[in-house]
Amino acid sequence: MSDSATKKRPQFRNINVLQLLKYRLPLAGRLSILHRVSGALMFLLLPVILALFAMSMSPTGFQAFAAFASFPLVKLIFLVLIWAFLHHFCAGIRYLALDSHHGLDKYSAQKSAGVVFGASLGLTFVFALKLFGVW
Amino acid sequence: MATPEKIGAKRLVVGAHYGVGDFMIQRITAVILAVYTLILLVGVLMMPGFTYESWVGLFTFTVGGLPLGQLLGTLAFLALSYHVWIGIRDIWMDYVKPVGIRLTLQVLTILWLVGSFIYFAVIIWGA
Repeated sequence: MSDSATKKRPQFRNINVLQLLKYRLPLAGRLSILHRVSGALMFLLLPVILALFAMSMSPTGFQAFAAFASFPLVKLIFLVLIWAFLHHFCAGIRYLALDSHHGLDKYSAQKSAGVVFGASLGLTFVFALKLFGVW
Repeated sequence: MATPEKIGAKRLVVGAHYGVGDFMIQRITAVILAVYTLILLVGVLMMPGFTYESWVGLFTFTVGGLPLGQLLGTLAFLALSYHVWIGIRDIWMDYVKPVGIRLTLQVLTILWLVGSFIYFAVIIWGA
């Protein structure tokens, strides 16, 4: 209390949107914010996911699903949701490991962030190939 | 921020330690959801072919008359709802500072999730 009251210290508050665009995050930081973005995305699209699930659970809906899923825009929405799930899943496992005090040092944490990006983007790519009928 | 606080061993710490509880629940529900994902994955891989019957069977299979598929699905969605509640509430607490707007968003989040849970239950138990 004694010295902090006399000296004006710099305050670091939340940065604004314009600063945000120029802010260079480390890989683990990107992973973290994308974990949040992917979670929020799945939350917002929850009724869409459930409507699709309801459709797939009826005999006529199941038959119509293939035709419905052939629209490129529908495929794109599917792919975004697949990416969101895979990213949230892979990054989530990393967080469970970190929370159990595994790989907390700077080097391992950076490496595991890279591994998670590789795994989630790689799996998304495989699903994309399948979805767009390349494979 | 304006009033200097005592930080350290002598700091007065108050609270109902719901933070630790939510932290634990978010992680426990995450594990439940990861396990359920793997159960579904094994189920899909064990399908003889991707037919309507085998797809519905993933969520409606029974073991000795017990509707295990529906029970597991419902428990997983319950875990999902709680997991999402904590996550989305954290987002509102981080980015939305006015109390009235934050409370409104939190209430809407709960309604959204309870509605989704009911919708899911109707789909899975009605199939």
